[in-house]
Formats: sequence, C-alpha cells, structure tokens
Amino acid sequence: MPTVGLFIPCYVDQLYPQVGMATVKLLEKLGCEIAYPEQQTCCGQPMANTGCINETRPLAQRFVEIFKQYEYVVCPSGSCTAMVRCHYAEFFTDEKSKADYELVRDKTFELCEFLTSVLKVDSISGSFPHQVGLHQSCHGLRDLRLGSSSERVEESYSQARSLLEQIDGIQLSELSRADECCGFGGTFAVSEEAVSCMMGKDRIADHGQAGTEVLTAVDMSCLMHLDGLIRRDGTPMRVMHIAEILAEVV
Amino acid sequence: MNHPAQAAKFIEDEARAHWHDESLWFVRAKRDKAAQTLPEWEQLREKASQIKEHTVSHLADYLEEFSENAAKLGVHVHWAKDGDEHNEIVLSILEKHSVKRIVKSKSMLTEECHLNPYLEKQGIEVVDTDLGERIVQLRNEPPSHIVLPAIHIKKEEVGELFHEHLQTEAGACDPEYLTEAARNHLREKFLQADAGITGVNFAIAETGGVVVCTNEGNADLGTALPNLHIACMGIEKLVPRARDLGVFLRLLARSATGQPITTYTSHFHGPRSGAEMHIVLVDNGRSNLLGQAAFRRSLSCIRCGACMNTCPVYRRSGGHSYEATVPGPIGSILAPARDTEKFYTLPHACSLCGSCTDVCPVKIDLHHQLFAWRQKIAEQGLLPFVKTSSMQATSFLFRHPKLYRFLGSVGRRIAACLPRFLLYNKLNPWGKQRELPIIPLESFSKQYKKHRKDHDQ
Repeated sequence: MPTVGLFIPCYVDQLYPQVGMATVKLLEKLGCEIAYPEQQTCCGQPMANTGCINETRPLAQRFVEIFKQYEYVVCPSGSCTAMVRCHYAEFFTDEKSKADYELVRDKTFELCEFLTSVLKVDSISGSFPHQVGLHQSCHGLRDLRLGSSSERVEESYSQARSLLEQIDGIQLSELSRADECCGFGGTFAVSEEAVSCMMGKDRIADHGQAGTEVLTAVDMSCLMHLDGLIRRDGTPMRVMHIAEILAEVV
Repeated sequence: MNHPAQAAKFIEDEARAHWHDESLWFVRAKRDKAAQTLPEWEQLREKASQIKEHTVSHLADYLEEFSENAAKLGVHVHWAKDGDEHNEIVLSILEKHSVKRIVKSKSMLTEECHLNPYLEKQGIEVVDTDLGERIVQLRNEPPSHIVLPAIHIKKEEVGELFHEHLQTEAGACDPEYLTEAARNHLREKFLQADAGITGVNFAIAETGGVVVCTNEGNADLGTALPNLHIACMGIEKLVPRARDLGVFLRLLARSATGQPITTYTSHFHGPRSGAEMHIVLVDNGRSNLLGQAAFRRSLSCIRCGACMNTCPVYRRSGGHSYEATVPGPIGSILAPARDTEKFYTLPHACSLCGSCTDVCPVKIDLHHQLFAWRQKIAEQGLLPFVKTSSMQATSFLFRHPKLYRFLGSVGRRIAACLPRFLLYNKLNPWGKQRELPIIPLESFSKQYKKHRKDHDQ
C-alpha cells in the first residue's frame, strides 16, 4: 500500500475543500495510505511567477523539509506540481539540500499522473452520464507533459482524458482549440484583467459550442477563473475538478 | 509604457479583437497542418536548435569567417555597434553614390534601428516594397507583427488608404484589385530607385553569402534593378554551412505561414557584375544578450513569428500594445534587454502557458525566459510597491502555518458576510467581469481532521 503525502495547494485548502476531500476519498478508495502534513502552506508559485525570488526560496525549502519523509507526494494541481518539479532547482545549491530536493522532485506527482503512471488505474467502473469538457491546464500539459500539446508533432495522448474515458456514460467534448490557455495565469488574471477575461470567455464559448455541461480540469485555479466568468454571465455550465468526478464514480 | 492598459484599449472593440484573434489563429492552424506533414518535425527543431546554439557559442569565429568570405566575393563588409552607427554607415554609402531614392524589402533590423525616419530626415525617399510594410508605411505606423506587418488592418481600411494615396476607386476593397494597384505603384518606385536595401534571413559563414526569403519577390526586384545593394543584418543571423539551410528553410516558412517554403529564397553571393554590394553587421545589444546565460538562447530566433500567432495574449492585444519593434513572446524577451525599466510590463504580459516554447522552430524556451525576466525585474526594484509588498506579506504568512490557518479562517468568515459592494468595486479587478469563489465555512485542513477522526475511530 503506497503511502502518500498529500500536497494540497493553499487556495484549494482555503477555497475548495471539496476538491481536497475528493482527492482523499479517491486515493483511499484506490488503497493508498494518506497523510496530510499540517505544516504545509503554499509551494511559492505566486511569488515565483512575480519574480520575487527571496520570498519564494524559504517556501521551497520548507516544502522539501515537510515532504521528504513520504514515499509519494501527490497534488491535485498540475501547476503547483510543475512549480516543484520545474522551478525549485535554483533554491537548492549545496549538495545535501540538492539531494533532498531531487528526491522530493522525483516522487512528486500530479493526481492524474499518479493514478495512470504509478497506480496504473486502467478500469474505472462507475458512471457519470454527462457531457464533460476537459480543459487542458497549461502547466500540466506543457511543463509536466501530462498530455500531447497541439503545437508538437507527436502521438496524441492525455492522462486526464484517458481516465475520464474509462467512465461509463461520459461524453467528452471535442473543442475547436484543443489546448488553448484559459487566461488565469496567477497574478496575470488581475494585472492583465482584460486579456485574461477575454481568454476565459473564449474558452467557455468553445466549450459551449461543443455542448459541455461539466467543465473539468486538473487545476482548480483555471476552473476558479472560468467559474467566475460562467457564474457572472449565467452560462449553463458547471465546473468540477477532475478529482471530484473521479471520486464520485470510483 | 504599459501593456495592460494598451491591451485593455485594444479589447474595448471586442468584435475587432475577436477578428484579430481569429485571423492569427488561422495562421497558427495552417502552421500546424504544415508541421504535421513532416514526421521528422521534432527532429528538425532539435537540429535547428543545436545548430543555432553552436553558432551563437562560437559567434566571434563565425563572424570573422563570414566577413572574410564575403569580402572575397567582393562585398564591402561593415560593422555597427548600435542602431545609430548602422544608420550612419548606411547613409555614408548612400551619400557616396548620391542616392535619392531607395527601395527596401522587409527588414526588422532597419525597423529596430529606425532607419527610415533617419534617412527621410536627410531628404532620401525610402519606399518599403513588401505589401504589408508599404501599407503600414503609408499609414505612418510601425508594423504590428514581424512577418505579417499589417495583420491588424482590415481590407476595407486598406481600400480607404489606397484611395487616398494610390487613387484607387473609392470604396473598393477587393484584395486582388488593391494588390494590383500596389504592384503598379511599387513598379514605378522600383524603376526610379538608386539603391536597394534588404534584410537578411541567413548568412552563411562558410561561403560569405546571404539568403533573403520573401513571398513577393520584392527583394529580388529591389536588388536586380538598382546598382547598389545594401544588406542589413543582426550578428545572430549566421549559420555555419550552406547545408544548414536545409534545416532552417524547411522550418521557417512552415512555422511562419504554413507554406512549405517561401515563394522566393534568394541567395546573394557577392555583387552582380557592374553593381556594388554592402553588408552591415549590427550588434545593437546582441552581444549583451550573448553574455547572459538565461537569455542567450533568444539569439537563436529566426523571426518566423510563430510565437506571436500562437500567443493567446498577442492575438487578443495586438502587436502595437507591446510598443516595441518586435512584439509578442520573443519581443517581450528582447525589449527588456534593451530597456528594462521601459518594458518591464512585457514579461508579465504572459499567462506562462508555454505554447510559444512548443511552437518555436528553434526550441527557444520562451516562457522560461519570460519567467526569468520577471526575477530580473524584481531584483532591479522595478516592480510596483503594491506587488512586492503583497508578495512579502504573503510569503511571511506562508512561513507561519498557524497564522496562515488562523487568518484564513477569519478571512473566510468575514468575506462570507461582506455585502456585495464591498467585495465588488474598483479595488477588485478580479470582480470586474468575474464572480469570486463561493466561500466555504471550513477549510480543507479542518475537514480532513474530522475525516481522519471518523476514519481512525
């Protein structure tokens, strides 16, 4: 039974507890031993994306300290996982801390990635009779390579989609732009408000024409932005994190 | 200079912003189709990236080799450390030949050096002969895209412009008719010109030759008619060997417009008989980039414009919103290298989606470089106080988990009872077009504790 240190992004902890709980339920049903280290707060991504390196460093260092004891670290967010995997190296320069970091880096997984690559989930028995639109969150897609990106010439794959496809009764939307960014982008959502919102509305319109009832993604941050637009405009669509769909059917 | 404000202005005309987005997405889709026709696409990108990295890391040697070989072919080679020096060199060549009229094919370098206004001040007529360039020149504005300079202009507007300048029929906007009018107008200019200026797409160290790619043949006409050819290039345009062109020419047009190759790929190896050829090699900040490991790879850029076509921000904010010679992702790396303070909003005009990095034919890690620029901008103290102080406060909070959990719980309780007008106002840009999340009473950590208790009992 794999023991998993749960890495719950700060905004999920504060604003979307149901996504964290769905992750717990899902992993427990799949036979994982779960621990949630109370000391964790934030991976430091907002500071790093703003360029504030001195504010990021201590958060990166405490993250590695907190999580190094677990066999696996699993996070229901591609973006926060990408922060740890792709942007932490510069904070660990001496040999000892570098070794600790690399250990943590190699055992930190985004949830869908953990389900498909580690647990090798290949048959989900439950049903979810809805038309679901999968938003391919960028950091999961292009930093973690959880799926093929439309720019590259490669075999088409998507770990999140392959999980959803196993669910009975589910219909997946075919989009006109397969993996365009939703426009969240962290502080970008606020500092470039006009572009951010136009990007989000365009994504929602693409899902609307494709018939999406439930909009899902591996990142709640994309969905927080899209849900904000959906609710303001009264669009007949609802958002669910992929962990919520999977926990409901498993 | 402020990208968010310029972008918001562009988006005010929502229909036009959508039209702009769709036009560029169309080019991106054409590029995808063209790339998919080559199963070896990713290998080509890797090869191109390696050739460029190798060249850039041996740049001094290859520049010497190139200039020696070009000189052997009878070319006059000049070196310019910046834009001013470049303009002075070009002017001195033109003065020596008493040139009054120039035709110029597409060259982002001369845009970068502001050559046109400089020469016009000296009483020299400069006519841009690329159709899109000519359109923006007649409108007296800079190009908004490096490959599609007039992509922001609708055909009806071109009709009006040509009616005014080229006496086309009022209200006529048929693209073929307008192109024909431009062709006739430009032919006159070609015939009158005393000199032709071109850009350079590739310069070959091994042969001393330069290659110019166009779709309109305007570089060929502009160098075939007048007896003086000046080719202006940035020092990063080098490739070591002629056979390297096989890699780059296959990538360039496919990435730029989805064509297998540009209509004209013209090789210049020395002057025509009876003519004179000059090459001006320009640094203008490039060796400064070469010295910075984080940004060195931006010198690999072959100016295909694919990162602009794919960028969701560029497509919705327009090239002029960047207020830089080169807009879009690559421009947002190059511009702050020139003037960090002036262009500090550009690396932030990016959602870090990474599409540019995946589309780039020479595999420049564009979104990582934009990320790296943000660090430099913060280090140099150029971030607004609100941003740095809020990041300092948040970081402090995140280092104190008990305080974080306490304030989170208090904050959620307060937010849940605040009246709408206190949550949604000018101080909250999030709420201008979006609802805030519905605030839960309990955090995950609290719910998890309860769950654990039930579970363990």
